[in-house]
Amino acid sequence: MQDEARGVLEDFRNGHPETFNNAFEALFRMYQRTVYGWLLRIVRNPAAAEELTVEAFWRIYRAHARFDPSRGFEAWARTIATHAAIDWLRTQKAEIELLADVPAAPTGDPAISAEIRRKTAAAFSRLPPKLRVAAVLAVVEELPHKEIAAALGISVTAVKVRVFRALRLLRTDLQQQGVTP
Amino acid sequence: MNAHDEDRIKQLLKGAMPPISNAEPPCDLWPAMLRRLDAGPAAPPWFDWALAGGLVVFALALPASIPVFLYYL
Repeated sequence: MQDEARGVLEDFRNGHPETFNNAFEALFRMYQRTVYGWLLRIVRNPAAAEELTVEAFWRIYRAHARFDPSRGFEAWARTIATHAAIDWLRTQKAEIELLADVPAAPTGDPAISAEIRRKTAAAFSRLPPKLRVAAVLAVVEELPHKEIAAALGISVTAVKVRVFRALRLLRTDLQQQGVTP
Repeated sequence: MNAHDEDRIKQLLKGAMPPISNAEPPCDLWPAMLRRLDAGPAAPPWFDWALAGGLVVFALALPASIPVFLYYL
């Protein structure tokens, strides 16, 4: 099984016409759920996550020669998907409806009113995309900083700085909307 | 920003956007992928070409701006 997976990665990396398409399809079928789930966590919009999964794999398809098998396919795919998501977020207007049809765990904090939630989501949508991605993955999804750093192609320290800057900008925006932390 | 503020903002953010669990695509995306592969690379939008053309004209008109432009790349 492991040899088979290694063979698929080799075929994908080498790009020989007779084996490449099968290898790409096998990798797509193996990792589409992972990439979709990762993208949905970032963009929080199922339709956009679907579209971006295809876009990310399109970028993967074109960049196959740069794939380093020692790094692993999933980590590489996440990095490419994260950049596709950041590009998409740059094209979106702020204050879009976040969380529209996203299956989510209950928040369980009745102390936070719907109005404050709405203002927080709106403030979050106004953050620069790079800060949004770092904040949503670190604070909301509680992923390890190391994993986020690998996906963004930056250091762990840079992730912490982005999260801190995102929180500071959120606080300022919320204060301007009359929400005192 | 003190630790209390930071914790409160985190709490508000989690309240506004709960974590997503068990995210699965609603269908197999391979057919969409095949359509994307058939379509080939998207052509750059016209305004990218317009921007590039504008920059070239600007650089030719003001060659001294080239180092400044490269610095900000």
